[in-house]
Amino acid sequence: MSLDEPKLDLSPKVSDEVRKTTCYMCACRCGINVHMKDGEVAYIEGNRDHPVNQGVLCAKGSAGIMQHNAPSRLRAPLKRVGPRGSGQFEEITWEEALTTATKWLKPLREKHPEKLAFFTGRDQSQSFTSFWAQGFGTPNYAAHGGFCSVNMAAAGIYTMGGAFWEFGQPDWDHTKMLMIFGVAEDHDSNPIKMGIGKIKARGAKVIGVNPIRTGYNAVADDWIGITPGTDGLFILSLIHCLMKAGNMDLDYLARFTNAPVLIDEDPASPQRGEFLRDNEGQPLVIDSRTGKLAPWNGQGVEPDLRGTYRNKGVTHRPVFHLMADRYMSEDYAPEAVAERCGIPAIKIFQTAADLARVAFDQAITLDRPWTDFRGKEHPNMIGRPVSFHAMRGISAHSNGFQTCRALHVLQIILGAVETPGGMRFKPPYPKPATAHPKPHGNVQPGKPLDGPHLGYPQGPDDLLLNDDGKAKRIDKAYTWDNPMSAHGLMHMVISNAHAGDPYKIDTLFMYMANMSWNSSMNTSGVIEMLTDQDEDGNYVIPNIIYSDAYSSEMVAYADLIFPDTTYLERHDCISLLDRPICEADAVADAIRWPVVEPDRDVRGFQSVLCDLGARLGLPGFVNDDGGQKYADYADYIQTHVRRPGVGPLAGWRIGDNGKLQGGRGAPNEAQLQSYIENGGFWMEHVPTEGSYYKPFNQAYQNWAVQMGFYDVEQPYIFQLYVEPMRKFQAAAEGIGHRQPPDHLRSQISKTMDPLPIWYAPFEETSVDLDDFPYHALTQRPMAMYHSWGTQNAWLRQIHGRNPLYLPTAIWTDKGFKDGDWAKVTSTHGMIVVPVAHQASLNPHTVWTWNAIGKRKGAWALGTDASEASEGFLLNHLIHELLPPKGDGLRWANSDPITGQAAWFDLRVNIEKTEPPAEAQPNLTPIQSPVPEGPKDLAWKVGK
Amino acid sequence: MHPAPSVILFNTFSGLGFGLLFWLGFDATPPTGWIAFAFFALAYIMAVGGLLASLFHLGHPERFLKAFSQWKTSWLSREGICAVAALTLMALYGAGLVFFDTNIAPLGWIGGLLSLGVIFTTSMIYAQMNTVPRWKHWSTPALFLLLALGGGALFAAKITFATVLLILAGLAALVHWFVGDRRMAASGTTLATATGLGHIGSVTAFEPPHTGTNYLLKEFAFEVGRKHAQALRLISMLLGFVVPVLALLYLPGHFGAGVAVLCHIAGVLALRWLFFAQAEHVVALYYGKR
Amino acid sequence: MTQLPPPSAKKLGLVIDLDTCVGCHACVISCKGWNTENYGAPLSDQNAYSGAASGTFLNRVHSYEVQPDEGTAQLIHFPKSCLHCEDAPCVTVCPTGASYKRSEDGIVLVNESDCIGCGLCAWACPYGARELDAAEGVMKKCTLCVDRIYNENLPEEDREPACVRTCPAGARHFGDLGDPGSAVSQLVEERGGFDLMPELGTKPVNKYLPPRPKDVEPDINVLAPYLEPVAQDGAGLIHWLDKALSALPGGSK
Ligand SMILES: Nc1nc2c(c(=O)[nH]1)N[C@H]1C(S)=C(S)[C@@H](COP(=O)(O)OP(=O)(O)OC[C@H]3O[C@@H](n4cnc5c(=O)[nH]c(N)nc54)[C@H](O)[C@@H]3O)O[C@H]1N2
Ligand SMILES: Nc1nc2c(c(=O)[nH]1)N[C@H]1C(S)=C(S)[C@@H](COP(=O)(O)OP(=O)(O)OC[C@H]3O[C@@H](n4cnc5c(=O)[nH]c(N)nc54)[C@H](O)[C@@H]3O)O[C@H]1N2
Ligand code: SF4
Ligand code: SF4
Ligand code: SF4
Ligand code: SF4
Ligand code: SF4
Ligand SMILES: [Mo]
Repeated sequence: MSLDEPKLDLSPKVSDEVRKTTCYMCACRCGINVHMKDGEVAYIEGNRDHPVNQGVLCAKGSAGIMQHNAPSRLRAPLKRVGPRGSGQFEEITWEEALTTATKWLKPLREKHPEKLAFFTGRDQSQSFTSFWAQGFGTPNYAAHGGFCSVNMAAAGIYTMGGAFWEFGQPDWDHTKMLMIFGVAEDHDSNPIKMGIGKIKARGAKVIGVNPIRTGYNAVADDWIGITPGTDGLFILSLIHCLMKAGNMDLDYLARFTNAPVLIDEDPASPQRGEFLRDNEGQPLVIDSRTGKLAPWNGQGVEPDLRGTYRNKGVTHRPVFHLMADRYMSEDYAPEAVAERCGIPAIKIFQTAADLARVAFDQAITLDRPWTDFRGKEHPNMIGRPVSFHAMRGISAHSNGFQTCRALHVLQIILGAVETPGGMRFKPPYPKPATAHPKPHGNVQPGKPLDGPHLGYPQGPDDLLLNDDGKAKRIDKAYTWDNPMSAHGLMHMVISNAHAGDPYKIDTLFMYMANMSWNSSMNTSGVIEMLTDQDEDGNYVIPNIIYSDAYSSEMVAYADLIFPDTTYLERHDCISLLDRPICEADAVADAIRWPVVEPDRDVRGFQSVLCDLGARLGLPGFVNDDGGQKYADYADYIQTHVRRPGVGPLAGWRIGDNGKLQGGRGAPNEAQLQSYIENGGFWMEHVPTEGSYYKPFNQAYQNWAVQMGFYDVEQPYIFQLYVEPMRKFQAAAEGIGHRQPPDHLRSQISKTMDPLPIWYAPFEETSVDLDDFPYHALTQRPMAMYHSWGTQNAWLRQIHGRNPLYLPTAIWTDKGFKDGDWAKVTSTHGMIVVPVAHQASLNPHTVWTWNAIGKRKGAWALGTDASEASEGFLLNHLIHELLPPKGDGLRWANSDPITGQAAWFDLRVNIEKTEPPAEAQPNLTPIQSPVPEGPKDLAWKVGK
Repeated sequence: MHPAPSVILFNTFSGLGFGLLFWLGFDATPPTGWIAFAFFALAYIMAVGGLLASLFHLGHPERFLKAFSQWKTSWLSREGICAVAALTLMALYGAGLVFFDTNIAPLGWIGGLLSLGVIFTTSMIYAQMNTVPRWKHWSTPALFLLLALGGGALFAAKITFATVLLILAGLAALVHWFVGDRRMAASGTTLATATGLGHIGSVTAFEPPHTGTNYLLKEFAFEVGRKHAQALRLISMLLGFVVPVLALLYLPGHFGAGVAVLCHIAGVLALRWLFFAQAEHVVALYYGKR
Repeated sequence: MTQLPPPSAKKLGLVIDLDTCVGCHACVISCKGWNTENYGAPLSDQNAYSGAASGTFLNRVHSYEVQPDEGTAQLIHFPKSCLHCEDAPCVTVCPTGASYKRSEDGIVLVNESDCIGCGLCAWACPYGARELDAAEGVMKKCTLCVDRIYNENLPEEDREPACVRTCPAGARHFGDLGDPGSAVSQLVEERGGFDLMPELGTKPVNKYLPPRPKDVEPDINVLAPYLEPVAQDGAGLIHWLDKALSALPGGSK
C-alpha cells in the first residue's frame, strides 16, 4: 500500500554503448544512434549531429530494431528444390552457392556477356554494382530508377543540372513560399518534414498541389486538388500569366539561362532548331554591349534577350522569343485550362499572382559578393523566395518528363533556382547533362563493357542501337521508343526477357527488388513470365539469382538466393560517386558498419560480389596475380580508386603531405574507423561565397574541382530549350543519318519538343473514358517502406490493410457505406477490395496506400494476416503496355522520352459488390523458407 | 463498453447475494439452523462467487489486497471494504443463527446496511464515470439498489416486498434506459469537443491510428445494433420483472417462486449485459464510433 | 497516491501543433521503442505477425476530416497521448494507489508493481490515454518520459520526451505549462492553444494548437498589380518584349 509516491529512479542507465551508423529503413539515409545493451540492439534514435536528420527520426527509423530482428530474415543461401514460385528451397553453403553462380556466369561472360541481365532495386551502391556489371561486360545493368522517377531526375539534369531530393532542396532557411507538387513522402522524408515544420513556424506559406489531401498536403495552407496528369497544363498556365505580365527575373534569364541563345531558324538548314554556334561550337547570344554575336560564356558578355540576328534573309531569334510566342498563346490562359485541370481559373490567377508577389515584392538580398563565370562581380546575392518541390505525382505519368521540365522552367523564369529562398542544389550537383557520361552498350566477349552503362544522350548518335536497328539492351533503353532513358527500364526486363525481344537471356540476376510483387506492373503477368516453360519444360528465363535479406515474394521466383545481412550488420557506403547525403551548404558522405555481427549464415551482398567478381576474374576484382582484389566490401570502400585521388568515400583521404583531408587524396586504410569515430559520416561546408548561384559561381566551381566532383570547372547556363531533344525531333522530321522507325516518327516529333509542352496522358487517349471514368493512384504511407515495412511488428499495426479511398462524389453516387467493398476494373484487370470515404479528394480520383497488400506465405506472416486477406495491390490493374490500338503494335505504358513507367495514368471503373471472403485476386500461398514469426512479442533486451 | 462476462456475472450475482444478505439482516424473524444455513450459503455463494468472478477481470488478481487502500477517493476501494465488512458481520450474524440459534439483531442491521453499501458503492463505480454519460446519473444507483433489493427479496421469499420492489426495479430500468438514451447527447461531448476542431466545420474520423485493433477499441468501442438492443430490452423486461411479478401473483407456491427466480436471473443477466453493451464511452468518439 | 496532490506550480506537459503535424507516426514508434526498453514492463504485441495484430501504444495518431460550411474539406492529423490532467479522474478512481500524480511536476504515472490491472483508470480517462498491457496485465500510459527528462545519463539537450525529440515536423513541444513565461506557454498564448473535451473538467495540462486557417482567398486583385498584362493592345510580341524588358524588375539594363 503506498500512500506516498514511489521513489523513482529518474536517471536510469540508458545503454552500455552508442554506435552511430546510417539508417536503412528507407533511402533517406538518416544518421542513427544505436543504443546497445549486453551486445544487443536496444533502442534507436536519430543522430543530432547528422546533416540529413539532425536528430529526428521517422517511424520506420525508430522501428529499425523490429526490422533488424524480423522473423522473416533469410538464414542461409538457398537452392530452389520445388518448381519456381512454389517457395520450396533447401539451405546450402556459401561455397555451393558461389560455385553454382560461377558455373552459370562464367561461360556467359566468355561468349555472350549480354545474356546476363543484372538489375538492382533499392540499391545504394550503384557505383559499385555498375562497376561490377561493367567488368562483366554485359550492357544489361540498371537500377530501379526507370520505373521510379527518372522523369524528374532526367528533366532536372537536362534543364538545370539537377532536380530534387538528392540533387536539390528548397532553401528552407529563407523561402517564404513553398509549392509542392505530387509528393506524398519522397526520399527526403525527414528533411522535408523538418523543412515544412520550420517554414510553417516562420509563417511562410505552403501550397500543396495534389489530387489527395493527406500528409504534406494536409498541412498545406492552400490545397490545389488537381486532376491527375494535368500539372503540366496548370504550370504552363502559370507561366502564361507571369509572362504576359512580364513578371519574370529577366536579368537572371539573360545571364544564367539559354533564353538569349539564338536558334537557327533557317527552314532550309539541317541544323534548324539547333543553337547558332561559333567556330568553337559555343552557342551564340547577342552581346548587348556591342549588339554583335558573342559566345554565351565570353568574358564580360552581357547577353541580350531582345535582339534577333538577321543573316542571309533569315531572322534567328533567341529562345526567349520562342517561349513568348508559345506560352503567351491563349491556349494556356487560365480560362482555357481550368476545366481540364480541375482547378478554377480564378485559383490559377491567384496562384500566379501570389508567386509574383512573393518572388518580386518580397525579394531578399544577402550581403554576399560573388563573381560569375563571365568575370562579372556581383555585389550581393538576390533571392526570389519562392521554392518548389515535386516528385512522382508529376513524374510517374506518360507526360511526366515534359511536366517536370515545365516546372523547372517556371522556377527558372522566377529566378528561383540557386538563389536565396529558392531551390538549391546539393553538391556534387549542379552538374549539367553534358558533364555526365553518355550511355555505353558495346559488348566484347570476355571483356569489360566499353564504358558506363547509363548516361545522358545528346542526340540520336548516342542511342544504343545495333546496325539492324535493334536494341542493344534487354530493356530497350536508349532506343527510339524512349531515347533519353537515363535510368534504364527495369520494369521491361522480365517481359522483354520472356518474349526474347530483342534477344533471349540466360541469367537474370537481381538485387533488392520485389519484382514478382509490388515493384512490377501487371504482377500476375510477371509471375507467369517468371514461371513460364518452353516446349522442353525449361524455364523461358533459364536462371534467376536473387539477393534479398528477407523472405519476400520475389524469393520464391529465384533458383539461387544470396541472403543479405540487415542494415545493422554490414558495411555500406553512401558515396559521392552515387547518391550522397549532401545538403545545399555542405558536401557529405556516409557509411554503414556492422554494429552487430549477423547470427545467421548471411553475407553482405557487395562482399559477395567482391568474391564472385574474383571467381569470374572480372577486371577490377582480381589482382595481377589473379587473386581476389577486395577481401570484402569494406576493403573496396577504403582502397578502390575510381579516378586519381577519388574513391568511394571523400572523407579522411591522404593528401600530398601525408595529412588527412576531405575531397581528393590517396586511399587510407583507417578511413572507415575515422567515419565510425565521427558518427558514420563526413561533411565539409561549401564556402560562403559559393553558397548560391553554384552553376555560374566561380568560387563554387573552384571548390568543386578541389573537392573532386569534377576535374575541370564546369560553369553552364540553364537549358530552357533542350537542344538534344530537338535533335531527336529533327530526326523524326527526316533530318540526319540515324532515323527512327516510321511508326514512331509522329510520337517523337510531337513529344520531343525542346520547349515544355503538355499532352494528355497516353492511357487516357487509349481507353474509353466512359468505361473507365476515374483516376486511380497510390501513395506511400509515411510509416511504411514499400513491401519491406510489413515484416515489422510495430509498423504493420499502423498499416495492416489498405482500403481504396473514394471521393464523396463516387461514394454517394454509388451508395457506398462503411464496410463496403468494390469491384475495380481497368482495361487490363480486376480487383475486389474494401473501400472507405474521403472528402478531401479530387472528385475524379480514387487511391490507396502503396504496397500494403501481401502474398500469403511471404514475410514470415501467418496466413490469416490482414495484409493478405484485406490488403491489396493496385498493380494488378496496371500493365506495362497500353491496350492494343489496332495498329498491330503494343505501345509502352511509359513516358516516350525516358521510358518512365506511367503508374499514375491508370484509369478505372468502380462498382459496389458483395464483400468476398478475401480481397481479389487471391493468389495461391507460397511456401515460406523461414518459419512463421512468434505469436506474441514483449521486446526488451538487457534485463 | 465491452460486456465482459466476468463483470456481468459479478454484478448480477453479487447484487442478488448482497440483496439477500440485506433481507436476512433485517428479518425480524430470521430462519435458524439448517434453513438459515441454506439461505446464508446461497447468499454467500452468490456474493462471494460474484466477487471472485470479478477477480478474473483483473490483470493481477494476486495483488487484490492493495485494492482496499484508497477508500478516500476510490469507489472500488470502498466497495471492497464494504464487502469485507458486510461479509464478516453477516458471517457472525449468520453463525449466531445457524449454530447458536441466536439472533444478534443489531449485527444483522449493520451487516444488512453494509450489504446495501456494497451495492451502492458498486453502482457508484459506474455512476461516477464522466466518460460514460449513460451511467453518470442517479438512475444507476437506483437501478442497482432496486435490483438487489427486489432480487434479494425474491430469494428471501419476501413475496410482497419482492413484488413491489421488482415493479420498482423494472420502472428504474425503464427510467435508466429512457434517460440513458439521451445522456450522450445531453453531455455535450462530441467529436467536435473531443478534437477541438468543431470551429472549422463538421468533424468526421478518417483513418484510425492503427488498422489493427487495440485495448481501447475492445474495451470501449463495443457497438450493439439498435434492433438487437430493443429486443434485448424487451426480453430483459419480460424475464426480469414482468414474468416474475406475474408468477409471484398468480403462481403461488414453490413453483411460482422457482419460475420467478429463474426468469429474474435470466432477465437481469440480459439487463446487465445491456448495461455495459449500450454504454457509450466518450473515447469511442475518437475512433468515429459510439 | 490516489488522492490528487495539491496543484503543483510546475506543470510539465506537451503542446501539439495540429497545424504542422503531418501524421507520420514517428512519435508513436519512438515512444514505443523507448518505453519498451525503459519504464516498467515492455509494451507488448499480440498476434505480432498474424491476423488481428494488436499491441500496447502510449501515443497514437488519429486523423480527422473537417468539412467547413463552404470550401474544401480539410484533413487533420491528430496525435494523442496522456494529457497529464490537473483533475485527473484516472487517479482518483484507482483502488490501489498505483495511479498517481506527481506532486512535484504533475506527471501522472502508474506504479506498475501496485497495479492490479482492474482497468478502472482507463474507464475514467476520456482521452483513451491508458492501455492495459495484455502480456503484463498492468496499466500502461504515457510517462512524459520521466526517465528521460531528468536523466543525468543523457546529455542535457536529450532530456526531453522521446516523441518530442524525434518529431520531424517539430509539431511537438515539451515544457512547463505552469510557467506563463515558458516557451510552451507562450506558444499556447500566441496560437490559441486549447483543451480537449473541456466540458469534462479534467483540466488537461497538454494543449493543442489549432490548424491555421486554410484555403483563404488572398486579398489581392486577380490582375493588378501582379498579373496586369504588359501589352494589352495586342501590339505583338516585339512590343511586349520591349515593354517587358525595360519596365520591369531585372529589365533595366
Ligand atoms: N502501384 C504502384 N506500384 C509501385 C509504385 C507505385 O507508386 N504504385 N512505385 C514504384 C516505385 S517508385 C518503386 S521504387 C518500387 C519499389 O519496389 P521495390 O524496389 O520492389 O521495393 P521493396 O518492396 O522495398 O523491395 C525491395 C526488396 O528488397 C528487400 N530488402 C530489404 N532490405 C534489404 C537488404 O538489406 N538487402 C537486400 N539484399 N534486400 C533487402 C526487401 O525484402 C524487398 O524484397 O515500387 C514500384 N511499384
Ligand atoms: N515512407 C516511405 N517513404 C518512401 C517510400 C516508401 O515506400 N515509404 N518510397 C520511396 C520511393 S522508392 C520513392 S520513388 C519516393 C516517392 O515519393 P513520392 O513522390 O512522394 O511518391 P508517391 O507516394 O508515389 O506519391 C505520389 C504523390 O503524387 C500524387 N499524385 C499522383 N498523380 C498526381 C498528379 O497527376 N498530379 C499531382 N500534383 N499529384 C499527383 C499522389 O497523390 C501522391 O501524393 O518515396 C520514397 N520514400
Ligand atoms: S527517413 Fe526514416 S527510414 Fe528513412 S533513413 Fe531516415 S529515419 Fe530511416
Ligand atoms: S489524459 Fe487520461 S490518463 Fe492522462 S491524466 Fe488525463 S485522465 Fe488521466
Ligand atoms: S488498472 Fe492499475 S492503475 Fe488503473 S485503476 Fe486499476 S489498479 Fe489503478
Ligand atoms: S512523452 Fe514519452 S511516454 Fe509520453 S507519448 Fe511522448 S514518448 Fe511516449
Ligand atoms: S512525429 Fe510529429 S509530425 Fe509525426 S505524427 Fe507525431 S506529432 Fe505528427
Ligand atoms: Mo521509387
